[in-house]
Amino acid sequence: MKTEANAPSKANSRQKNGNHPSGDNRFTMLETSMKKLRYQPDALIEVLHSAQGLFGYLTSDLLLFVAHALKLPPSRVYGVATFYHFFTLEPRGLHSCSVCMGTACYVKGAGSVLAAVEGATGIKDGMTTPDGNLTISTARCLGACGIAPAVVYDGEVAGRQSPEDALEKLNEWEVKNGPE
Amino acid sequence: MDQNELQAIAEKERKSRKPIRVSCCTAAGCLSSNSQAVLDNLRAEVKVAAIDGRVDVCSVGCMKLCSRGPLVRVADGGGRRDQLKDAVLYESVQPDDVAPVIRAIVDGGRADIPVADRSHPFFSRQKPIVLENCGWVEPERIESYIEAGGYRALHYVLREMTPEQVLKEVTQSGLRGRGGAGFPAGVKWALVAKTPSDKKYVVCNADEGDPGAFMDRSVLESDPHRVLEGMAIAAYAVGAAQGYIYIRGEYPLAINRLQTAIRSAKRMGLIGGHIMDSPFDFNVDLRIGAGAFVCGEETALMASIEGKRGAPTPRPPYPAEHGLWGHSTLINNVETLANVAPILRNGADWFASVGTEKSKGTKVFALAGKIRNTGLIEVPMGITLREIVEDMGDGIPDGRVKAVQTGGPSGGCIPTEHLDTPVDYESLAALGSIMGSGGMIVMDEKTNMVDVARFFMEFCMDESCGKCIPCRAGTVQMHGLLQKICDGNATPDDLALLEDLCDMVRHTSLCGLGQTAPNPVMSTLRFFRHEYENLLRKEAILT
Repeated sequence: MKTEANAPSKANSRQKNGNHPSGDNRFTMLETSMKKLRYQPDALIEVLHSAQGLFGYLTSDLLLFVAHALKLPPSRVYGVATFYHFFTLEPRGLHSCSVCMGTACYVKGAGSVLAAVEGATGIKDGMTTPDGNLTISTARCLGACGIAPAVVYDGEVAGRQSPEDALEKLNEWEVKNGPE
Repeated sequence: MDQNELQAIAEKERKSRKPIRVSCCTAAGCLSSNSQAVLDNLRAEVKVAAIDGRVDVCSVGCMKLCSRGPLVRVADGGGRRDQLKDAVLYESVQPDDVAPVIRAIVDGGRADIPVADRSHPFFSRQKPIVLENCGWVEPERIESYIEAGGYRALHYVLREMTPEQVLKEVTQSGLRGRGGAGFPAGVKWALVAKTPSDKKYVVCNADEGDPGAFMDRSVLESDPHRVLEGMAIAAYAVGAAQGYIYIRGEYPLAINRLQTAIRSAKRMGLIGGHIMDSPFDFNVDLRIGAGAFVCGEETALMASIEGKRGAPTPRPPYPAEHGLWGHSTLINNVETLANVAPILRNGADWFASVGTEKSKGTKVFALAGKIRNTGLIEVPMGITLREIVEDMGDGIPDGRVKAVQTGGPSGGCIPTEHLDTPVDYESLAALGSIMGSGGMIVMDEKTNMVDVARFFMEFCMDESCGKCIPCRAGTVQMHGLLQKICDGNATPDDLALLEDLCDMVRHTSLCGLGQTAPNPVMSTLRFFRHEYENLLRKEAILT
């Protein structure tokens, strides 16, 4: 597991008042949201949602921090974090391109949109370009079936996308072409 | 809060309405087509034209014809709902189109923008019960829901009815679970009601995971209070004091609107302690899913609410006996709960008069795929697939209907020769499909059915939670075989093995995901076997 500069490197020297030794105030913010949920172990998924919202992804240090605060075994926290698709243990790219692969989008050609994006970048679904510029993912139906095929660019849903539309967006983000 | 106060709020809301009501759809479908900019422009232009004294600009929920969004409706009925039929529904309104729309209001004409034909079967065949308020009430304002008759059913239930009477009414209505399986709601409720338990829970299943289904999302985004009211009535009937709504993390707008709805209902004392000055307490909390299809299965859903991995457990014990944290729990789908308030407001007989003998009421479908009119439809049970696809959906622009897929990855593909099948639980099951939660995807002749089967199997393979072996390993093997067939490398033995596996996985899996995973394969084998055989003979290798 990679450790980012902004995440703490040592998790075992935690202070009692909840402040993280790294001095990163995002831990304080996470602490506040856990407090709101009364540190209930049942609220693990909610806590992981807020942790990922604050940090972008879940490092093992972060998972240990949550496990400690909610008094849960780290294995349980790791198990939940890896079970659900929503949580990621790897850093995401600067931009994200999520192609909806719901049935309606699929029958209207979402597969070719994904293939175009994968072809242009040389990476596969679920991966990030080596320069950290773009992450490609697929979504399991956004519920935007009326405007299929749909693609989410940086959180914005765009409807009726063709492979050309997607490639244009990648150009806009200056995504470099991958190895052919 | 009592009847008079509810009426006062409704009256005040009615009085504050201006003669002309301009509504802009801000549900997820239209928002993706830039309807927020349209709404902002409408608000600004109304001020500029100085007609804000007689024009209301409202942000409403789904107006159904999602393929032509953003939709804007101009109604000059003095804010009265019964005059909506004369309203003009503009299609594909772009931010630049707002100026002509406003000019048309000022001049009393109609803007030169495409207008939806409201007499088209897409609109005229609908029978709105669940969606009665969709596109009318403003989802973020509780007053708007109260004006539309909201929370009256809850008030009546708390004041005039015993829990037993509520159970009887729901049972008599014949309402069946809208999540897909169609279990009678009244029976489920009665089961929870009679189970002795010191604590009980009501759970709303809003984990709408089927790809190609967006009914629950639309209801929650357009009319969230209806679901809260249904939950409160259910809680009163079964004796629960705590409710949870388990909603998909992929629906940020629905989450947001639900949070707003819960907050404002609590503020008005319609949820919380001593609701409407009765001894009844009911609290609702939101639980946000994290992207696991299996969590739509009720035991997995409960595990997820408890903060665990969403792995299902064998039933029995059913949630009614051993649910959340071991307590008796009632789990209903969004659409089921959305039917509750109208049933109690209008009576069980009224509800039972709609639909067929065994399937009462209406069903909401998300009509999508290669069809001309895609969007949200609510139709009485018993309508034929042909009426939905050919009349309401207006067919396929260039081509013919090959199959209609219902029930998502648990359902099947119904071929065109069976389009005259009535839509009810039993008829669809007889064709090897299911009613499902309401996704309806229309496919044309360019769609290869083996590829569709492979698509759904890939979905089930990815979403299998891994707890039981038949599903964990079986879906992988079935997907491998389907891939081999699609690639043109398969032999007849592979097809036979695939059929064996279908049978095995179906009968030995732990939960509904595995048990129904072979359905798309079995139904395509039943109706489109020649496509498999063509691929075996390498006649039409897919790319």
